[in-house]
Amino acid sequence: MALLEVTDLRTTFRTDDGVVKAVSGVSLAVDQGATLGVVGESGSGKSVTFLSVMGLLDKRNADVSGSVVFDGRDMLTMRPSELREVRGARIGMIFQDPMTSLNPVKRIGWQLEEAVLLHQDVTRREARRRAIEMLKEVEIPRAEQRVDDYPHQFSGGMRQRVMIAMALINNPELVIADEPTTALDVTTQAQILRLMKRLQVEHQMAIVMITHDLGVVAELADDCVVMYGGRVVEQAKVTDLFAKPEMPYTWGLLGSLPRLSLVSGRLEQIPGQPPSLLHPPSGCAFNPRCEFVMDVCRRELPELRASTAPDHRFRCHLDDETRDRIRVAKKAALNPEEHAA
Amino acid sequence: MAAFLIRRLFWALFLFFAATIVTYLIFFVIPADPAKLAAGRNATAQDVKRVAAFLHLNVPLYQQYWIFLWNIIRHGSLGYSYVSRQPVRFLIGQDAPVTASLVFGGAVFWLSLSIPVGILSALRPRSVMDRLSMTFVLIGISAHPVWIGLILSFVVGYKLHWTPIAGYCNFFPGSSAVQCSGPVQWAYHMILPWVTFMVLFAALYVRLVRANVIETMSEDYVRTARAKGASERRVMVQHVLRNSMLPVVTILGMDIGLALGGAVFTESIFSLPGLGHDLIAANNAGDLPLITGIVVFATIAVITFNLIVDVAYAVLDPRIRLT
Repeated sequence: MALLEVTDLRTTFRTDDGVVKAVSGVSLAVDQGATLGVVGESGSGKSVTFLSVMGLLDKRNADVSGSVVFDGRDMLTMRPSELREVRGARIGMIFQDPMTSLNPVKRIGWQLEEAVLLHQDVTRREARRRAIEMLKEVEIPRAEQRVDDYPHQFSGGMRQRVMIAMALINNPELVIADEPTTALDVTTQAQILRLMKRLQVEHQMAIVMITHDLGVVAELADDCVVMYGGRVVEQAKVTDLFAKPEMPYTWGLLGSLPRLSLVSGRLEQIPGQPPSLLHPPSGCAFNPRCEFVMDVCRRELPELRASTAPDHRFRCHLDDETRDRIRVAKKAALNPEEHAA
Repeated sequence: MAAFLIRRLFWALFLFFAATIVTYLIFFVIPADPAKLAAGRNATAQDVKRVAAFLHLNVPLYQQYWIFLWNIIRHGSLGYSYVSRQPVRFLIGQDAPVTASLVFGGAVFWLSLSIPVGILSALRPRSVMDRLSMTFVLIGISAHPVWIGLILSFVVGYKLHWTPIAGYCNFFPGSSAVQCSGPVQWAYHMILPWVTFMVLFAALYVRLVRANVIETMSEDYVRTARAKGASERRVMVQHVLRNSMLPVVTILGMDIGLALGGAVFTESIFSLPGLGHDLIAANNAGDLPLITGIVVFATIAVITFNLIVDVAYAVLDPRIRLT
């Protein structure tokens, strides 16, 4: 059984302009110790999905339905006190912007100790010892001294390490990382990813890696979910997704990955803007931007259907033959070896 | 830190000169004859001339200003009132506590109302509580202190007899200047002025607190705290409050400094013998030394409170360095 199983999750926001359907029936699963990559552009609903899972949306304007079963219990029906026992203890969360995600007027040590003391019945001294130990584990030099520093005395990469330490300090079974490297520069990104990989092995935890960067998914994830317009449009094992992407949006994502061996001088780009979630296009949400759009795409939402590989599903009205033909043509334009990896 | 204090000191000196010179210039432009006022109604032209010479009013303005400066440097004196002939320093020393009672007591009143109300309306935007407090805010901002004071004095003091209509009692017993004294009488007489201040300032502060709490609650680190499993109460107390009070401290320091210099309206309505009261009297009598003295005192008060605010800010927010 999966550690986290999300079924038909729907999240809507009531705004002054109308109801925004941020997530429209998302189902996905995370296995124990595995890594799920969740890919999509801004506004695809990937962050909102997991904020809904954690119950972190403001109930005054957000409605969440569906089910989120974590270790056999539905988190959406839990009492607030039960939910608090899961948050931070069994599911840790890392956010996108390390510059704003730490409280600026509290010492790093205090914030780490708070995470321990909220869930474990230990003394403050013991919590502090745990905090220092954890800072060492995320490779912060001179952890004994730096534990008394304030967030503004740390660089962006170091702050993200602190965030990771805070998410992992209670040995959670699952860590949800919401674009943990987006705000960092490239060398720091690589370090943070390597660190998370190492910690995953040591702590034997599952990771949900929310990102818009397929490179991160390729490096870290076992399974992958591609989201568009609040829906899952393709899901597969990472190897299957890269070997045989099945729908035009995924083709676009893969085509816009920069690579050294690019034949043409320009990166392929997906034209147009992400869909409005207030007034989504009818039929397939991707149809206004799709170069292979057909009449049926404007009328009917394509169902998730199975591909050849097990657990590989996608949404597209194009028939198998056409998709195969387009994929071969697209691949020829790119470097085939890169894709096979 | 030393560089910070030295810069502040220069700034204070600059403000001192700016404020006093402007006061002298304005006084010079006003068509009043302080010598005539000081000499009394039945004085002859000869008397007025003698008084003018005695008060150094017969020399050019820049010389008068120089005499004022010299008295401060040589004697540490702000001069003598034209009217009562008492030292200005003594007068200010006697009346400043009245104004301080009014302003600090008022600040306690308006803060203890506006912080809880502001937080509650931030937690439940658009609720009945929020709408009621916003209505109150609107009244407080629109109403004039004179009107608020007079209405309070009339209704609570005159009609209901709950409080004195006006007047002041010393905090410390045994003073001869006024008839009554002691903390209880002091507070009893100050309640209406404090409430006037409260209505006036709480309006602004409820809005300020509400806006800051709402803004802080949408910060990323508040979401982080929730994701750690902290309860709403803990999130509020440990993560929201301190951060959202930072701007309030700044505004509070400025308001107290400004209010100390002259709570003119409130003191006039409730006949409190404070600096605002003095200022009006001095202005009517053309009492330049007293006016200048109060201006100097107000300047020092504003500078001091800005300094206190800066230090408090550095204590509350570790990101701030005093340089």
